[in-house]
Amino acid sequence: MSTPNKISFLAPIKNWLLRNHIWVFFLVVFGAFSLASPYFLTVNNLSNVLTQSAFIGILAIGMTLVMINGEIDLSVGAVLALASALAIGLQDSIGVWPAVFCGLLSGVALGALNGTIIALSGIHSFIVTLGALIGVRGLVFIYTGEDALMVSDFSYTEYPEIYLGPLSITAMIFLGLAFLFQWILTSTRHGREAYSVGDNIEAAHDAGINVKRNKIINFTICGGLAAVAGILLSMRLGTAEPNAGKIWELWTIIAVVLGGVRLTGGYGTLWMTIGGVLTLAVMRNGLRLLSTPNYVELMVMGAVLIMALLLDHFLSGISRKKTS
Amino acid sequence: MTQNTTLLELQGITKTFPGVKALDNVSLDVKQGEVLALVGENGAGKSTLMKVLAGLYTAEQGSIKYLGKEMQVHSPLDARLKGILLIHQELSLSPELSVAENIYLGAWPTNRFGLLQKRKLRKQTQQALEALGCDFAPDDRVGQLSIARQQMVEIARAQAFNANIVIFDEPTASLTDNEKAQLFETIEDLRSRGKGIIYISHKMDEIFEITDRITILRDGQVQGTKITADTSVDEITRAMIGRDLDTYFHRAKENFGEDVLAIDGLSADGLFSDVSFSVKSGEVLGLYGLVGAGRSEVVETIFGIRKAQSGRIIWKGREISHPTPAEAIELGIALVPESRKEQGLVLGMGGRENITLPHLHFFSTLSVMSKEKELETYEQFQQALDIKTTGPEQPVAKLSGGNQQKFVLAKWLCSSPNLIILDEPTRGIDVGSKSSIHELIANLAEQGLAVIVISSEMPEVLGVSHRVLAMANGRIVGSFSGQNQTEENLISAVSKT
Repeated sequence: MSTPNKISFLAPIKNWLLRNHIWVFFLVVFGAFSLASPYFLTVNNLSNVLTQSAFIGILAIGMTLVMINGEIDLSVGAVLALASALAIGLQDSIGVWPAVFCGLLSGVALGALNGTIIALSGIHSFIVTLGALIGVRGLVFIYTGEDALMVSDFSYTEYPEIYLGPLSITAMIFLGLAFLFQWILTSTRHGREAYSVGDNIEAAHDAGINVKRNKIINFTICGGLAAVAGILLSMRLGTAEPNAGKIWELWTIIAVVLGGVRLTGGYGTLWMTIGGVLTLAVMRNGLRLLSTPNYVELMVMGAVLIMALLLDHFLSGISRKKTS
Repeated sequence: MTQNTTLLELQGITKTFPGVKALDNVSLDVKQGEVLALVGENGAGKSTLMKVLAGLYTAEQGSIKYLGKEMQVHSPLDARLKGILLIHQELSLSPELSVAENIYLGAWPTNRFGLLQKRKLRKQTQQALEALGCDFAPDDRVGQLSIARQQMVEIARAQAFNANIVIFDEPTASLTDNEKAQLFETIEDLRSRGKGIIYISHKMDEIFEITDRITILRDGQVQGTKITADTSVDEITRAMIGRDLDTYFHRAKENFGEDVLAIDGLSADGLFSDVSFSVKSGEVLGLYGLVGAGRSEVVETIFGIRKAQSGRIIWKGREISHPTPAEAIELGIALVPESRKEQGLVLGMGGRENITLPHLHFFSTLSVMSKEKELETYEQFQQALDIKTTGPEQPVAKLSGGNQQKFVLAKWLCSSPNLIILDEPTRGIDVGSKSSIHELIANLAEQGLAVIVISSEMPEVLGVSHRVLAMANGRIVGSFSGQNQTEENLISAVSKT
């Protein structure tokens, strides 16, 4: 039963916080590290954190779209490695920008292939993209000959040095893409359709929505964004390692789920995802500034993930009780 | 056995949810060997009351006396072990487990090492099934049984746990007439063995057929308890809604135009065969049949959710073959499906987004949505259909069945279709919403729409339609209009096959 409640100016804020609890969590973590380390709260450090978070961040944008559809893409780390290898490896034969374009194209094509197989066969995306994860990684090893590829034209590594104030071009691309896709989610037909497909696929189909096309588009975007992240990474490092982006798909899923996007589909925004990505990046950075050993860092991150999800569970329990 | 021993007595039960008093000082009692009906509109508090009794909710005030002693129920399993069994409207069985495992779910007989005693489990189940005269075995997988048999599995639980109180929540919602008759026999059997039964239903004919007394709930309060033999449907209905329902059915004025849709010899393997009919603009065509007669399958084929093997679908004189739902919507066909939650609504979305879902192109330019246009349409339908919500963004999951159904209707009316197909439009919703949906059907036909109404409720299909087709076993077995449009004719048509 629901009755119109007393209108309170606090209610919208409370609702927003219940949905975007990750930002509360972020502020707590942020505050804690500001107090714990004198090196944390500096423009230089924060600018670095944002730049470092951009790669997982861009992967997380695509993952969010796919998860809103009620699917998952485990192949993003491998696709990132392939795009990065192609962008560097092809430069000597076809030139810098054509090589970058080929890297991008490989991501788009693999994403479209994943999406098409999933949509047309009905096999669960977990299985299909798990296969892609292994297969694409194999392809990367074959292409690179198991060695890191190096750029020969070092002007390629200068692009990431473009800054607008403290914001690197990499960070700006991440945030720009996040805003763009958040707008697509809330304000376009495609976005609306994506939510309805994830929430109730039968109702979406019966409402005349092309469910298969919607999923294929989202997987294509996810693949394309993975390639963008790969290309930015290759510019930043100047090399393409065959192992680049290994288990990044897991960090990406962790960031998105940490933000509050539901694995079951139909629920989530990029505000949540950005929150998850930044929380993860800040924690990693803070723990390193405190010179925490690597394995302790992993333990802390794992514990925090589970704590954040318990918090989500607890809060959504509150909001459910309120309305039932 | 004496009829007068009180088995269960609820006194002053009060349960509040934030902002709502769901149960307000509710008292009722169940005697040995009687069937007590619990009636009320959706949201009157029937389900909440039963959940208190079955241990799913705890009441803030009031007492439950069972066999003369005060009792606390801590969990559904606790209730079951104490002898109170709730049979949910949506059956709560595990399809992959066997009949025996389901019956003893959570209370499997184990030996002192904690291992399952399979032989004992099977033997006890066999006894319970035999006592009820069931025609399936303890080892059958529940998922393979029909809905009616699954319900028998739940009833067998009552037998196995020797329950004294059995609560049925809308048990006939998905049963055929035959299955219903069998269920009533089982209930009669339970009654004769001195059990107390609480029977929750919207269907007055059933209530008057099998219950001894009727307790009426409205807005969380008991409006009274009547002896079934001494009361009437009118009296009960009035008590339920608190007003007279003078015009229960509205039939549109007859003003027919051209044929909008004609189907000719439509067949699909194993579902329906050689189905032909047509419907004109301004006409309400009723489609009556038992569950499984193929009614929903026929209209789903017209709408493009299913494919026909043979036959023709003619839309305004032009043949359309194998439409998709998107094309059907484009042509001006709307289908309001039978299951609101599975097919009709996106539960996490608000009313605004649900209404516009099938017509996103209509509310967008270059695929960018216009929220203003959407809100305009939302306001229009929310007022016209009198939908009660807290706002356009309130997730529809949180609305009552009647209000959800109105959103499903709004969603399909918003594109101004030429033909609207309503599959069980009033199933499981309260009397007040029912009558406003009947009124809406009449209005739509008078505005020149062609309407097809599928219903298992005979008074409804007879009351709102200009012409009624009877379907059985996938075939049309009769067409009735005017003087011939009677319950007797429909029954004899569907029962001949």
